[in-house]
Amino acid sequence: MNEFGTRVQELIPRLRRYARALTGERSAADDLVQDTLERAWNKLHLWRDGSDLRAWLFTIMHNVHVNQVRSRAASATVSLDDEAADAPVRPTQADMLEVRDIDSALGRLSVHQREVLLLVGLERMSYDETARTLGIPIGTVMSRLSRGRERLRAALAGEPGPANLKVVK
Amino acid sequence: MNKPRVTEADLHSYLDGELPAPERARVEALLADDSDAEQRLGEYRQVVDLLRERYDGVLDEPVPQRLIAVTSTAKRRAFPVLLRCAAVFAWVALGGLAGWHLHGVQTREDRGAAPVWAHRAAVAHIVYSPEVRHPVEVGADQEAHLVAWLSKRLGTQLRIPQLGAVGYSLVGGRLLPGERGPAAQFMYQDAQGQRLTLYVRTNREQNKETAFRFAQDGNVRIFYWVDRSQGLALSGEIDKEQLLRVATAVYQQLNP
Repeated sequence: MNEFGTRVQELIPRLRRYARALTGERSAADDLVQDTLERAWNKLHLWRDGSDLRAWLFTIMHNVHVNQVRSRAASATVSLDDEAADAPVRPTQADMLEVRDIDSALGRLSVHQREVLLLVGLERMSYDETARTLGIPIGTVMSRLSRGRERLRAALAGEPGPANLKVVK
Repeated sequence: MNKPRVTEADLHSYLDGELPAPERARVEALLADDSDAEQRLGEYRQVVDLLRERYDGVLDEPVPQRLIAVTSTAKRRAFPVLLRCAAVFAWVALGGLAGWHLHGVQTREDRGAAPVWAHRAAVAHIVYSPEVRHPVEVGADQEAHLVAWLSKRLGTQLRIPQLGAVGYSLVGGRLLPGERGPAAQFMYQDAQGQRLTLYVRTNREQNKETAFRFAQDGNVRIFYWVDRSQGLALSGEIDKEQLLRVATAVYQQLNP
């Protein structure tokens, strides 16, 4: 039990990093981490020793976050859908890759794209681990990753509009 | 047939180390012939690097106590909801016992034990400071309303200290039952989400003043003092010196 607590505590900084990037806001991120940890504690009996603790916690965080976004979606404009993120991307200065730009560019992705991008990019999960953590097929991981990264790339390169497919020469 | 091209899937799989060696070699050979694809690969790599640069710093930040608290006490670990109920129950029980306790308070206070109202402040801190969705009844965005409302309920002019100088900002406040009538709780938090609460109650004696007194209840440390018509208690799970620094700031704000 104690050892389990220690192992969970060791993962808190990683849960915080992911939550910070996912929500874009410090206190909302820590609230999400706290909800996740509390949920994990309530579901402790469901965790099987020897299975991947990190994936288990990130799965719980995913579920908690999706529920939060859903309950907020009624009153706000947050959307889960891949397509709904097609709001026009304001061009930024092409030669300036600033920290603030990555924040706002990330915030314009759909929640689904952001999750995949961050699990692969920050957590360095394999596509397979990401698919299992989020409960989606590996093909979906790849398409969300590809679309999300393309959007970020375009936004940071200052290309106006939602990222379009490149014209094949 | 056209010459084989590097696909988007190839680029990402290559970048993320998902390809087995023969596949890597195939992609590398194609990249050598396709400068556009190579440039895109570089840009995707830059996106990944920027993300890491932006957020990896979170790993080195101190973890807020409230997050460690969830995973550190055995009781909470198994029964977080029950514990909260127990805290509420303890609070209600304290209210019931207050009359009985008050009997001995004067002498006990002389021996250095905290008075009942300071205990109530600590219990209120334990109950509300971990609250995620409803930490306060009225948020800091309605500060004018908050202070007017609570001043009216407590029957004394309250002021809300601004603690930005010591790193804490107001979350909001709520009305609480005290031993003899309404009491108020103001909640603050720092940039790491560490929360402090300031409990205010009214005194019968109008012109009493005391020095800061310190008490500790489990992880919660409390500085409490009496300032004319008000009793104030500042509770938090930070160390004593830090808490004293904030308590001093509160006192100075209220006694300019």
